Amino acid sequence: MVTAAAARTETPLAVGTDLSIRGVSHAFALDGKTLPVLQDISLDVAPGSFVALLGPSGCGKSTLLRLVAGLDRPRRGELLGDGEPIVGPDPSRVVVFQDPTLYPWRTVEGNVRLGLEARGLVKTHYDRVGAALRLVGLDRFASAYPHQLSGGMAQRAALARALVNDPRLLIMDEPLGKLDQLTRMTMQSEIVSLWRNAGFTALLVTHDVEEALLMAERVVVMTERPARIAAVLEVEKPYPRHRNDPDLVALRQRALELLGLGATW
Amino acid sequence: MSTIVDDRTGVGLAEFTDEDSAPRVGLRWRSALPPLAWLVLAGITTWWPSPQEWPRTEEFVALASTVAAVLALLAVLGPWLGVFGARVRHAEPWLIALAVIATVWELVTAKLAWLPVPFFMPPQAILEVYLDEGGKLAECVFYSGLLLVKGFAIGALVGFAYGVALGWSPRASYWGHPILRFVGPVPATAWLPFAFFAFPSSASAGVFLVALATGVPVAVLTWSGVASVNSAYYDIARTLGASERFLVGKVAIPAAMPHVFVGLFMGLAGAFAVLVVAEMMGVKAGLGWYLQWAQGWGAYSNMYAALAVLALLCSGAISLLFAVRDRLLAWQKGMLRW
Repeated sequence: MVTAAAARTETPLAVGTDLSIRGVSHAFALDGKTLPVLQDISLDVAPGSFVALLGPSGCGKSTLLRLVAGLDRPRRGELLGDGEPIVGPDPSRVVVFQDPTLYPWRTVEGNVRLGLEARGLVKTHYDRVGAALRLVGLDRFASAYPHQLSGGMAQRAALARALVNDPRLLIMDEPLGKLDQLTRMTMQSEIVSLWRNAGFTALLVTHDVEEALLMAERVVVMTERPARIAAVLEVEKPYPRHRNDPDLVALRQRALELLGLGATW
Repeated sequence: MSTIVDDRTGVGLAEFTDEDSAPRVGLRWRSALPPLAWLVLAGITTWWPSPQEWPRTEEFVALASTVAAVLALLAVLGPWLGVFGARVRHAEPWLIALAVIATVWELVTAKLAWLPVPFFMPPQAILEVYLDEGGKLAECVFYSGLLLVKGFAIGALVGFAYGVALGWSPRASYWGHPILRFVGPVPATAWLPFAFFAFPSSASAGVFLVALATGVPVAVLTWSGVASVNSAYYDIARTLGASERFLVGKVAIPAAMPHVFVGLFMGLAGAFAVLVVAEMMGVKAGLGWYLQWAQGWGAYSNMYAALAVLALLCSGAISLLFAVRDRLLAWQKGMLRW
């Protein structure tokens, strides 16, 4: 009992967002024609869980993320965060994009403090900047400018910029897509341990089957555009996971079949 | 950033390259060349007979000798002067070239009289202008500088605000864009006749013209800078809870600054042109007015003297703007050095 109580006090205060996507459809107007992108997507993401959206390139995964972040509004259906409709961006839902998109005129520290500055919290919560930089291992590069960073360091800085806001929902749009293999593998496990320590809800878009299976608790496989949910794979494996785990290999085969690539593997 | 360190690239000194294997700090005999060249200038000016007597020749000789003495002192002290010494060593080829140019100039005018006299004069005649009319020239620099600072500051501020508004607000763009397109391409000098009767004083008319010449390029480039900001920068800020004000002040404007500076440089060049023309046409002070006056009286040495001062003023203003840019845009890679 004592140990259980101690464990409970150690669990972080931040609680993940309870995300609910209900019958969402979306389309773009292109050259006067309507291009459907998402078709009737319904998905519930439990607070504190890690869900990956897996699908072919250009299928509309990123569009779904922009809707979740509140950057765009869906044509049909609704998105709820903790039961409230998502009508605009909110600092509790932070996005990490494929490109780090650090502001080149600010140092790493200046980029990381951006969220605090935007909400007038720099004076009261400045210690979070240092904490976030330490968390991603960039505390020694606080005064560097973005053009002085490697790709992996820049993406770490972008991650720190998100984490400094203590997000309840971390939205990641292929955050490791442009990194080299080694950096990618390191950061996959780093993000998983950040998520396990912080307790936020994590939503990851990726087209890398292995990455989705290594990181997420549930993998939502999507179809070609207009995207629908083809299947939801439950990955009931403890962390840290290993690439060659036979259960993961079986799931990978299943995911590739769903993506129409079963025969090539 | 390290242009002063390399003192090996002396253009006129290529034949002395075997010296370069010697240690960097220490007495170098090639440092004796600049004082020697200035001494030659002083000697030729004194002892070579002139067909015609030129006033202020002694002062010119004294100046050349003083420069020679200072350069000799710097050559001896150079190894102990650190960065400043390196700077002087880097300037050696230019210091020699200047003395050579002055000597040739002295020869073809005062000594050999190859150039027609009222239009060309020896260096001591220019020195005479500075010694006799220095106060008046300083006053002209003050008035020109004041007109430039006032006009450029007003033009830059208004142009910047106009450009930000065009780039940010669709309504401002709807009304402001046609005006800029219609008025912008008209050269600021075309407004001269209008400005001189519409404004209460010729000085305020001058400020208006300089501001107009500055404001248009600043507005156009600020506008294009704000309009071309990567939209992902806005997405990032919005998801982090940024207000509209934050998006303008902390995202759009800093991102547009490299464009803004291009506009400021273009505006400054335009401001120089308009400044001189305005002073020649109506403003009763400043270097442009002095140039016009000197030409009218056939005072050609005064004209050259004023031109040299004008060059210094313009170059100084550009250098200042470069210094401000280097400080504000230190985050950029591969910037041009002035």
